[in-house]
Amino acid sequence: MVSIAGTAAEAVAGIPDGATVMIGGFGPAGQPVELIDALVGSGATSLTVINNNAGNGDVGLAALIRAGRVRKMVCSFPRQADSRHFDQKYRDGEIELELVPQGNLAERIRAAGAGIGAFYTPTGYGTPLAEGKEIREIDGRHYVLEYPLRADYALVKAHQADELGNLVYRKTARNFGPVMAAAAVTTVVQVEDVVPVGALNPEIIVTPCIYVDCIVRVPAPARAPEPVGAGQ
Amino acid sequence: MKTRTAATTPRGLSKDGLAARIAHDIPRGAFVNLGIGLPTGISNHLTPDSGVMLHTENGMLGMGPEAPGNAADLDLINAGKVPVTELPGASYFHHADSFAMMRGGHLDVCVLGAYQVSARGDIANWHTGRPGDIPAVGGAMDLAIGAKETFVMMNLLSRDGAPKLVPRCTYPLTGVGCVSRVYTDLAVFLIGDEGVTVQDMFGCTFDELADLLEVTLLDRTRQGSR
Repeated sequence: MVSIAGTAAEAVAGIPDGATVMIGGFGPAGQPVELIDALVGSGATSLTVINNNAGNGDVGLAALIRAGRVRKMVCSFPRQADSRHFDQKYRDGEIELELVPQGNLAERIRAAGAGIGAFYTPTGYGTPLAEGKEIREIDGRHYVLEYPLRADYALVKAHQADELGNLVYRKTARNFGPVMAAAAVTTVVQVEDVVPVGALNPEIIVTPCIYVDCIVRVPAPARAPEPVGAGQ
Repeated sequence: MKTRTAATTPRGLSKDGLAARIAHDIPRGAFVNLGIGLPTGISNHLTPDSGVMLHTENGMLGMGPEAPGNAADLDLINAGKVPVTELPGASYFHHADSFAMMRGGHLDVCVLGAYQVSARGDIANWHTGRPGDIPAVGGAMDLAIGAKETFVMMNLLSRDGAPKLVPRCTYPLTGVGCVSRVYTDLAVFLIGDEGVTVQDMFGCTFDELADLLEVTLLDRTRQGSR
């Protein structure tokens, strides 16, 4: 049964020190900035954070890193023009990095939510990111064995929820939200709008409520910082 | 008076000229992913009647041009995190579906930038390997091996004049044996079982290319040394 939190702080209050936290978003799109701000405020530390990037500018994930709360980042593209707080912590040896090709990141998260024990993927074969991993040749092609990525919590931003927790997203802000919602023990979602049950067309619901534990309404989400320059 | 030859001034194609050339070679109706950096410019040369549909790794087919500043929507961005637009017929999907689309061989063409490409089609484009450089791979490894055809768009020589089409990559690899064509400012190369074939040259001769590179070249231009 989904709970509806009154504030973002209430929604993330249960996240303990040492937790593994998935954070949705691809750069600014879909980044649950208010939930991350609340996590900064909660004081939880020694976190392992799974996100495509490693923060932009000074707010959101960048602020969490800057505050020294992140022990380890699992991501595909940490280095960006404005990823200064991650860069500093990484160069100072204060943050661990597990670099994962983006498709493997998405699929490892999906596998966790789908109960898959591991999978063989062609991505990364013959590269430094496959070193030490099991390789298998199937029908003449080489594959790398990759394991699921699970989390204690997922923090996701969606466009709308109904009061049961069914979610719809907006444009490319969908990105990692649906797979992260399924891969975490507890999924917390910030939405711009909560509508009554039955108000969302069942044909267009992207994340069914079974994956959602807590929603919080954040009417006008602050915009995540726009990256200066590019990055995947 | 002696005419200056291509050997002394190998001018080649401009970035925009090269982008136009690649756009011309993309089949009508193809599903295409353009990597960040140089390849993004190819979209400026794809006309609506080409029927080409652009994929962006962050979950969209039918991506349109960059959004004008006043219409920027941070929920609608491309892989380089630049605000873009949607074309009629566009669709959105989550990240695992987006990369399944890629890895599953559904995209016809992807075009990537590169530090180096080897004579057997290996590509290196994600990490310099220099100590102190923070590695970042993004979707490069998935893109390199996923599409039916992987094209590379790059200058043939690095800023310090070193060839980027090489017998073996010295930078850390992105993908193995996956590049089928290399579009450069000086020539177009096809990579196949028979080796590296020069398909087209821009302001230089086959012999000049052969001098520049340590890779054995086959000549398909039928222009020989001009």
